[in-house]
Amino acid sequence: MKYLHLIWAALFRSKTRTFLTLLSVVTAFLLFGMLDSVRVAFNSSANVSGYDRLITTSRLSITQSLPYRLQTQIETVPGVKKASYATWFGGIYQDPKNFFPNFAVGPGYIELYPEYVMPADQLKAFYATQDGAIVGEALAKLHGWKIGDTIPLQATIFPTKGSNNWNFKLVGIFHMNDNKRKGEEKQLMFNWKYFDEANDYIKGQVHWYVVDVADAGQSNRVAQAIDKLSDNSDHETKTQTEQAFNQAFFKQIGDIGLIVTSIMGAVFFTLVLLTGNTMAQAVRERIPELAVLKTIGFSNRSVLWLVLAEATLLVVLGGLIGLGLAALIMPAVSQASMGLIQLPNVPAATWGLGVAMMIVIGVVVGLLPALRAMRLNIVDALAGR
Amino acid sequence: MKFLKNAGVIAILLACLVVWILLPWYAVLALVVALALWLVLTRSGRLALEATRIGIASLPQRWGASSVIVVGIAGVVGVLVAMLAMGAGFEATLKQTGNDSTAIILRGGSQAETNSVITRDQVPLIGALAGIAKGADGRPAISPELSQVVNMVTRADHTDANAQLRGVGEAAWALRPQVKIVEGRRFNPGMRELVIGQGARKQYVDQQFNDLKPGSQIELANQIWTVVGFFASGDSHDSELWADGETLASTYRRNAYQSVTVQLDGKDGFKQLKAAMAADPRLKLDVDTTRHYYAKQSEGLSKFLRVLGIVIGSIMAVGAVFGALNTMYAAVAGRAREIATMRAIGFRGLPVVVAVMLETMLLALIGGLVGGAIAWLLFNGYSVSTLGNNFSQVMFQFKVSPDLLWNGIKWALGIGLIGGLFPALRAARLPVTEALRAA
Repeated sequence: MKYLHLIWAALFRSKTRTFLTLLSVVTAFLLFGMLDSVRVAFNSSANVSGYDRLITTSRLSITQSLPYRLQTQIETVPGVKKASYATWFGGIYQDPKNFFPNFAVGPGYIELYPEYVMPADQLKAFYATQDGAIVGEALAKLHGWKIGDTIPLQATIFPTKGSNNWNFKLVGIFHMNDNKRKGEEKQLMFNWKYFDEANDYIKGQVHWYVVDVADAGQSNRVAQAIDKLSDNSDHETKTQTEQAFNQAFFKQIGDIGLIVTSIMGAVFFTLVLLTGNTMAQAVRERIPELAVLKTIGFSNRSVLWLVLAEATLLVVLGGLIGLGLAALIMPAVSQASMGLIQLPNVPAATWGLGVAMMIVIGVVVGLLPALRAMRLNIVDALAGR
Repeated sequence: MKFLKNAGVIAILLACLVVWILLPWYAVLALVVALALWLVLTRSGRLALEATRIGIASLPQRWGASSVIVVGIAGVVGVLVAMLAMGAGFEATLKQTGNDSTAIILRGGSQAETNSVITRDQVPLIGALAGIAKGADGRPAISPELSQVVNMVTRADHTDANAQLRGVGEAAWALRPQVKIVEGRRFNPGMRELVIGQGARKQYVDQQFNDLKPGSQIELANQIWTVVGFFASGDSHDSELWADGETLASTYRRNAYQSVTVQLDGKDGFKQLKAAMAADPRLKLDVDTTRHYYAKQSEGLSKFLRVLGIVIGSIMAVGAVFGALNTMYAAVAGRAREIATMRAIGFRGLPVVVAVMLETMLLALIGGLVGGAIAWLLFNGYSVSTLGNNFSQVMFQFKVSPDLLWNGIKWALGIGLIGGLFPALRAARLPVTEALRAA
């Protein structure tokens, strides 16, 4: 620590070069911060901790529907606290580009999601209003809806009385306290009973069940018991935890992890080369100075540490600025897009991984020049040989 | 003052870059020819050429430092080209699926086959509409089809993925001449038999995790289906499983179709069909040429991938510019005495600037070529899959086209341009006497 000023002075010996290197380290870690946050968010959106819910869908395919009478059967399975159901509606608001999930939910569905926070009277109004609908705060803000508005949706699957026009009355707005899950505010739910009566195609059919289990440790057993209910029937089910269900879905969209890792690999390979080159230059230029340091009594080992510390300091400095920028930019983008783009905040896991990588990269790029500095022969170096 | 000047240079440079990226190839060619002519024909051009030759001759001595430019730019170009190739591959797969001579009919308002319902009694009505070509047997060439999303086990990790199972009749083969059986045979009507696209064959295995081959058995809807053949189509049908429409309907108890594909009659067949459809109040259906329908389906994802590629490419490019600046500043500093000598014996500012720029551009060009080559070697033809609009997997391949490679090289040269300009200006401004005196 007592040599910090020395390291600092050496670092800024050539301002332009250090500044440019710093900037490329900053860009690399800015990119790292953004990509890795997205990766972590993708993996952890599937990791809704604290809620022990199971999702039951048709084993045949996700688009196949199940009879709604299964609910009473599911609720008799030991270990099940409560179950409710939903049917995918897939309506369009004005333009297909305005996509947001919308589906019909059975009684008690919203209560299964205590993290969706909503005033009690609005929930009551929802159940009391036949054509009532509730939406998340972000979605309401995006389209400028307020309670009492009528929301027209164009059906893509289920017409009502031969027409695709459905109208819903907005009676409630929910919000998420968890910032990381603000994306879930972009959905609309309405009463399943109304849907069942008004749609022309299917009666008494649902697409998935949400099951609340009493004890998370029993999830596996409960899931198997639920699937047993419909064994060998024409509506066999597949029950899995909410995490597993989400994860399977995201995995089908594409291998986010692979793409992110490949990009990161390319970025950091470039970074190591760049910074390593700068350090080599810095040491080459300072050979006489290092020789002087040795002459006045610095040991070989101290010189090694000095150069190594300098390289690490440079990378850590740039890395912290880069990650800091990412932490500033991501919420700003989310805010500016009014919830249209939901970028996650930089999570602790990314910070941790980032700092570890800074130190490793710093040591890697500093090692060769540091060894060179350590092995300097004073006489040769002073003579400029 | 100096700061203002630099800011001005940066602003002009950015404008130049945007123009440069948008420049068509013939304009670039014209620029290169103009530069070559200037280099060969004018006096300062010849001087610049000589100065460049000296710089390039000393390149091998500075290979370590110069390779930073090459590798940095190769990284940017490689990532950019790979990302763009992914979007291009997806777009190409869906675009190839459609053409202008067939049309697809879906229920009014539905965006994709999964959402659509066409009842059986509507099918003869559709067949009677104007604008539909007649098949060899004199009947209208229409193919009513079922579309069912089914769970198939993936080869990669033995989990379920959504696959598209299409129930078709005889007409489907005639309407899609690009779909050819490459192994085995077609399914027999009335039997639980499957033919599988070659993309799907690569992605899925049977329930015992064995590779799919003729004779493989697959359980769908509690029934055993036998795989009897494989087909290749070179488009998004390659991700599908095909079976007899009637058998599929009875297995899944479906009494309606999802879509009807028709052969259009002549040039204005589509117009006639559309008008006829609108005139019949019994048919609340949408009709679209298959080309437009499939192109629309690829729109969202390819646009997203393109934007993502350019954003990530830009951020990396900024990093690479700093790297190039650094290296070239160091190169100029290292050759200060050499450059000063050149200036002292009569080389003016311009040839020196051009020489440093040309040297950087050469390194950038090598970087661009290396990056493009790596992207091409690693990713061209690399198969991936994603969830398409039909809620089922669409397999596609990265497509590293010459167009994208050309784009990558333009990016590389753009980075080289910025990375070289400031060091070049410094070289030209070096005070001769001071530089000569410096050790």
